Amino acid sequence: MMALSKKMLEREPSEIEMLLPWHAAGTLNARDARRVEEALARDPELARHYAVIREEFAETIGLNESLGAPSARAMQKLFAAIDAEPARKPSAFSSLSTRISGFFASLSPRTLAWSASLGALALLLQAGVIGAVLIKNQSSTFETASLSMNEPITRNLAGDVRPPRALVRFTPDARISDITALLDSYRASIVDAKGGLFRLQFGDRAMSKDEVAGLISRLQGEKIVNLAVAAQ
Amino acid sequence: MSATAATDEVLIARIAQGDRLAMQVLYGRHHVRVFRFGLRVVRDEQIAEDLISEVFLDVWRQAGKFEGRSAVSTWLLAITRFKALSALRRRKDAELDDEAANAIEDTSDDPEVAVAKKDTGAALRKCLSALSAEHREIIDLVYYHEKSVEEVAKIVEIPENTVKTRLFYARKKLAELLKAAGVERGWP
Repeated sequence: MMALSKKMLEREPSEIEMLLPWHAAGTLNARDARRVEEALARDPELARHYAVIREEFAETIGLNESLGAPSARAMQKLFAAIDAEPARKPSAFSSLSTRISGFFASLSPRTLAWSASLGALALLLQAGVIGAVLIKNQSSTFETASLSMNEPITRNLAGDVRPPRALVRFTPDARISDITALLDSYRASIVDAKGGLFRLQFGDRAMSKDEVAGLISRLQGEKIVNLAVAAQ
Repeated sequence: MSATAATDEVLIARIAQGDRLAMQVLYGRHHVRVFRFGLRVVRDEQIAEDLISEVFLDVWRQAGKFEGRSAVSTWLLAITRFKALSALRRRKDAELDDEAANAIEDTSDDPEVAVAKKDTGAALRKCLSALSAEHREIIDLVYYHEKSVEEVAKIVEIPENTVKTRLFYARKKLAELLKAAGVERGWP
């Protein structure tokens, strides 16, 4: 066991000294960890103190690990209690956030970075659409702020109609600027993406079959589009 | 579950939707640490086992309210601490006093101490067990549960500076117990 000098123990601990246990556990932020490292390098007494702390750290882990684990009874009791709970209705908000989390988790960092740029543009576009709708509705005197999360927002914004959607694959050499320009010219937003296929939504109103066919045909004629098919 | 392990935060979101499988995964990930943290507070395996059922049932019920301001493991430990202290309050004070006194006597007078002098690791573990609940708690949170100053402050509900000083004095007390047990290392 390391012996520490009385001088160190009798005085009030310094900030660095008080951080030593977290340094041993590796839970300091980079800045504090660097400060501690520098202090340890220039102060042998502090370094001895740190060695004592590392012993405590190791033995605390040993002690906790020796406590064993709970029996299966705890888990059985828990799930029996969960089964006895009333069935819950999933909230649309949580469901949406789960889907969003899952969607982004499934993307590669490169795709994510690329999609982020598109997402920013889509957000601007959406803001434009929402802003236009708000200006259009300015004549209303008073409205409550309630919003049913069980229905898509587009229902309210577009008067109970659904704009057309398409699955689109862009050519490998398509640049972000080309894609954003295309989205802009078609008033399209990205709904989701999977395996290189993007589900796009066009405008904010429903279209007739002929209009959709014309839209798809125009998309297929775009230089940066490999594939375009109507979708739900 | 996807091939990539879901983060605790994703599991909590799924639990909020009533996903039992996500609950099993989260339980599998954290129940041992929750149990050990609770056990170190209540010092009774039966009560500690009951605690983990209560903690995870709370998670099942409250998952929709989790705001992600702290790590899920920090949230779990905070719930565990609250429930463990409630369980302790339900026990008789006299019972606790006896237990604490016995634990301290063990480290100083028991013949085991003679053995412990040759095995400083064992002596350290014995003295760690003899600390007050408050001191045990903070040492466990920092060393075993690897919680940062900010996270400990959230779990224990004290200011960050108090976290630092409390750990310092917990370690000082540990050094005193070691000295009383015949292990000299200069403290205090």
